[in-house]
Amino acid sequence: MGSYAERDVIPRVAVRRWPRVRARFSRDGLSTFLFLVPLLAIFGLFSWFPIIRAFVMSLQETNLVSIPTFVGLENFARVLADPVFAIAVRNTAYFALLALVIGFPIPIVLAVIMSETRRGKGLMSALAYLPVVVPPVVSVLLWRFFFDASATGVFNTMLGWIGLGPLPWLQNSASAMPSIVIEATWAAAGGTVIIYLAALLSVPPELYDAAEVDGASIWQKIRNVTLPQLRGVLFVTLILQLIATAQVFTEPFLFTGGGPANSTTTVLLLIYHYAFQNSLGGEYGMAAALSIMLAGFLAVFTAGYFWLTRSWSTSS
Amino acid sequence: MTTLGRVRRPAPARAQPPARARVQEDRGVISPADRRRRRVRWTLRAVQVATLLFLLVVGLGPVLWMAKSSITPTQDTLRAPMALWPGGFDLGQFATAWTRTHIDRYLLNTVWIAIGSWLVQIVVATTAGYALSVLRPRFHRVLTGLVLATLFVPSIVLLVPLYLTVVDVPLVHLRLIDTFWAVWLPAGASAFNVIVIKRFFDNLPREIFEAARVDGAGPFQLFWLIVLPMSRPILGVVSVFAVIGTWKDYLWPLLVLRNPSLQPLSVRLPTLQPTTDLGVFIAALTISSAIPIALFLLFQRLFLRGPGLSGAIKG
Repeated sequence: MGSYAERDVIPRVAVRRWPRVRARFSRDGLSTFLFLVPLLAIFGLFSWFPIIRAFVMSLQETNLVSIPTFVGLENFARVLADPVFAIAVRNTAYFALLALVIGFPIPIVLAVIMSETRRGKGLMSALAYLPVVVPPVVSVLLWRFFFDASATGVFNTMLGWIGLGPLPWLQNSASAMPSIVIEATWAAAGGTVIIYLAALLSVPPELYDAAEVDGASIWQKIRNVTLPQLRGVLFVTLILQLIATAQVFTEPFLFTGGGPANSTTTVLLLIYHYAFQNSLGGEYGMAAALSIMLAGFLAVFTAGYFWLTRSWSTSS
Repeated sequence: MTTLGRVRRPAPARAQPPARARVQEDRGVISPADRRRRRVRWTLRAVQVATLLFLLVVGLGPVLWMAKSSITPTQDTLRAPMALWPGGFDLGQFATAWTRTHIDRYLLNTVWIAIGSWLVQIVVATTAGYALSVLRPRFHRVLTGLVLATLFVPSIVLLVPLYLTVVDVPLVHLRLIDTFWAVWLPAGASAFNVIVIKRFFDNLPREIFEAARVDGAGPFQLFWLIVLPMSRPILGVVSVFAVIGTWKDYLWPLLVLRNPSLQPLSVRLPTLQPTTDLGVFIAALTISSAIPIALFLLFQRLFLRGPGLSGAIKG
């Protein structure tokens, strides 16, 4: 592979040697434009334009029939006044918190153990990753059987073996969200394990040697060498996981549809309800306003997170 | 950005260092001396076996349960869901799912959607990557920045305006709802693909391009005969993740494909569940996950050696 220096120098030298070639190929000819057409058309229509439109729409009263009219911040005010809004925000925060508590440590523990394994490491990472490739809809529908609240449900049968009574799982507003988080963790943990395994490979072995010279035990090495060395990766996966969990849709939508009693209505479910619940044309303005509020919150949160952790994460 | 860095250098990663060097490099938390101590060795062995068993039960268990229940008669599954051995075999459930529940049609829709999305993604990503990396028009930095910027916009912001765009495409005023184009075209707007492919093209040796130009190759020949054939590894990676990503998609096809005869499996399965016999339904779930799992087993390396790719492919 060419180094950076090489990459920068060669075209410049070549350009000087072949001015005609450069004029014909490198600069803004018709053919260059033709190669850019797919990018400009697809990104223009289906990415750049809708992003701008989201901001415009959040300030408009829009339905598919009449011409949109600007209403200022009314959409934002209506969302904030919606009693379900506070519930959705609380549920989303609860989901993110549970996903963090349950889902963040598991991949770290698995990856550290797996990286100490000589034989069977490939098998273990394949097993850990398998749930990630099962389509989310299939996982959710399958886990709905597992969560069956009757005594003959899959999980309740297993609980029965150790003498525990049947749990209501998805049917109870207290246990519905934790149940969804368990499935979501199962479906996502494998991807994070693979990232940590790769990061663990780059921990310099000399650090462990040095720690041993100082008489560190295995635990001390994990705490004082491995985890600090993973710090940079952990910071990034943590914020990526929070951003992903803030936008959770498929799981609550298919498991419970937001129930029981709105206990699993997330912000995304609320956006969906605003925009698409009513088949005659939805509250698109409110939906856009709420999605912009969510994105704005995530942006501010991410920026604050990196600002707060800047001194801890720079070394890696 | 480390993710992208890893993608563009696949070849050296595969080169094996000499055995002796590897043993030294290979040490982790536990020192080679510690590994020889009996207590450490046995504890480590126990922890590893426990982890392997845990992964077998948790990772493979649900998939095996699904496979088993798809050939177990419904009544047996309902009565004893955790029975290790099915009480009877009923392969007919697959036949029923295939013919009477019309899983064949929905599977075909999924395949068709995946092929189209793959094609659009590959065309957009390779042409854009080639233009931005090799041809480099005057404003290529701005364009790259604009593509990169979309990575930082959460996909939820796009949902509603993109839906309205597909209902009435600006400029051409087409209604794409209930056509596969509504899924195919937006799939192409994947900044991740464009950036990954551009980074790969950036690292192809420029000398070859110059040699080709000297030999009289035009920009199209350079693209088709030189750049694309040299990019097979990265095209493979992008293709596999494009297909798996489309297969997993749920919300978008649910919104834009209302006609049941056009809907892919992921959209149809939840609506089929209440009216379908349990065994037949689980057989349908098994059919739906067979192709992604097969792709995973075939291309394990791509998934397990390309960290972050899987997570980043969808907003």
